[in-house]
Amino acid sequence: MAIRAVQNKRKNISFIILLIISILWLTPVVWGLATSFKTPQDISSNPTSLFPQTFTLQHYQGLFNRPDTPVMRWMLNSFIIAGSYTVLYLMVISFAAYAFSILKFKFRDQIFWVILSTTMIPTVINLVPLITMTIDFGWFGSWLSLIIPGLGGVFGLFLLRQFFLGIPYELIESAKIDGLNNFGIFLKIVLPLSKSALLVAALFAFMGNWNDYLWPLIQFSGVDANMWTLPVGLSKIAGTYNYDYGLTMAAAILAIVPVVIVYAILQDKIIEGVARTGIK
Amino acid sequence: MQISLDMKRRRMKRIVKEHASAYAFLLPYLVLFSVFFIFPFIYGLVISLFNWNLFFPEETRFIGFDNFRRIWFESDGIYYRYFWSGLKNTLIFVIFSVPFLVMIPLILAALIDMEPKGYKVFRTILFMPTVLSISSVILIWKWQFYTNGGFINALLLKLGLNEIPFLVSQPWAWISIIVVTIWWTMGTNMVILGAGLKNIDRSLYEAASIDGANYIQTFRYITMPSLAPQMLIVMITTVLASFGVYGQPDLLTNGGPDFSTTVLMMRIRPLALGTNANPGIATAMAVSMGILMVVISIVQAKIIKRRGDA
Repeated sequence: MAIRAVQNKRKNISFIILLIISILWLTPVVWGLATSFKTPQDISSNPTSLFPQTFTLQHYQGLFNRPDTPVMRWMLNSFIIAGSYTVLYLMVISFAAYAFSILKFKFRDQIFWVILSTTMIPTVINLVPLITMTIDFGWFGSWLSLIIPGLGGVFGLFLLRQFFLGIPYELIESAKIDGLNNFGIFLKIVLPLSKSALLVAALFAFMGNWNDYLWPLIQFSGVDANMWTLPVGLSKIAGTYNYDYGLTMAAAILAIVPVVIVYAILQDKIIEGVARTGIK
Repeated sequence: MQISLDMKRRRMKRIVKEHASAYAFLLPYLVLFSVFFIFPFIYGLVISLFNWNLFFPEETRFIGFDNFRRIWFESDGIYYRYFWSGLKNTLIFVIFSVPFLVMIPLILAALIDMEPKGYKVFRTILFMPTVLSISSVILIWKWQFYTNGGFINALLLKLGLNEIPFLVSQPWAWISIIVVTIWWTMGTNMVILGAGLKNIDRSLYEAASIDGANYIQTFRYITMPSLAPQMLIVMITTVLASFGVYGQPDLLTNGGPDFSTTVLMMRIRPLALGTNANPGIATAMAVSMGILMVVISIVQAKIIKRRGDA
């Protein structure tokens, strides 16, 4: 009984602390949202209010009408780039994960652990060589630089291999007896069973590519603004329209809303995926 | 005899076939991995030993460890100053951000682990910023910190206090960068540690409470040792990520005031490309930083493993 009472007291305290911190956590975003709908007068006279006095869309209209801030274009570019990357990456790693988990060949696990251990190498060393390589390949400043080099990434491969290892081997055996070859087993047995793992891998691939900043910034120096990705474009808005609060908040909210909607829908999968990285 | 030989041959055939298809499945990934991970790494080590000239490749010359000598020891040179001041600023960020980036998520994960009302909603809210890109994070936060109408300063004025020039004076510039980093990245560690807490056998807690242990004691003697594997991952990934810090100071303070938040990555980038490029120096800096990161990771792993065993 005493234990139960202590537990309830703890629960109440933790509820109050979490509530306060969650409100603090949301405040900047709510403030940005409110500011993006405020009139300029409202912004300067009531900077701390979290509700617009009169509701206006002028900052959004201003953003769309300005030729140097094609936010929707950037969003589309980011979507195409991150989408292509995700599709290609998933194809490449699911083939490789199949080999590293279902197929049997010499040094299979040793090769995999070597690949995994290279994640200890700080990627900063690869930065300059990758710049030189994309120049040599004729990709510099193009979308190819943002799509292709990341396809060697290890994280998704690790995730899928762990999942494929959990598939009961009897399923594979019986498919073999039914006369399916490896490609058939891969396509008809393994992939359909791994939808949730594929979704998690896809989410992380997409988010990583969508949010990348330094690499696209390097690639797009001196490239026409219509080709940029959203993070690069937003960073230019942050630098150029320094004191136009309404405009910058409208841009930020436009960039955040689609991501937050996807997050709200798929949060269980995303959080599960992160949690899984901590458990071997 | 004949039969077993036949079987052997058939088995050999099967093994060869299995190997052939394995390599067919592996080939695309192995090619991409070698070309875009292994090759650049080796190439990077090579470049760091050359006086690399992007514009006149014929002038590129092997100079051994001279790039390293210049950034490490040539105390009147500009690269020496860039490297050491950049490294110092990066280390300041690592030292002052990592404790918060581990402790705050640990506390929040422990609170969520008590499963109070609505704990899933809290977790969703607290994890949310990690899915945003650095530029949208900065776009929102920059205007929190501004004087002259920024949210925090407007709030301070309302409370009758003075404005704080957050982004243009120290230590406020670092504090701003660290606050934004906590807000943005803390969720990942919170979820990883939360998963670790959930894995701990509840009967251990019951046994401890029967023995009369209070919450702090239980946390110290049961929770922390059981959490060692997650702590190891969280510590190593957080330190590595903090070493690579770039977007926050670049976008929030632009390296200022007076280059005091110009981290090493911000020194490496202009040397990698552009009019002042010196790829040899840039990669020598990157390799130095990389060696330091690997050494620190190994030391951390040793310390945490020892603690976990004890």
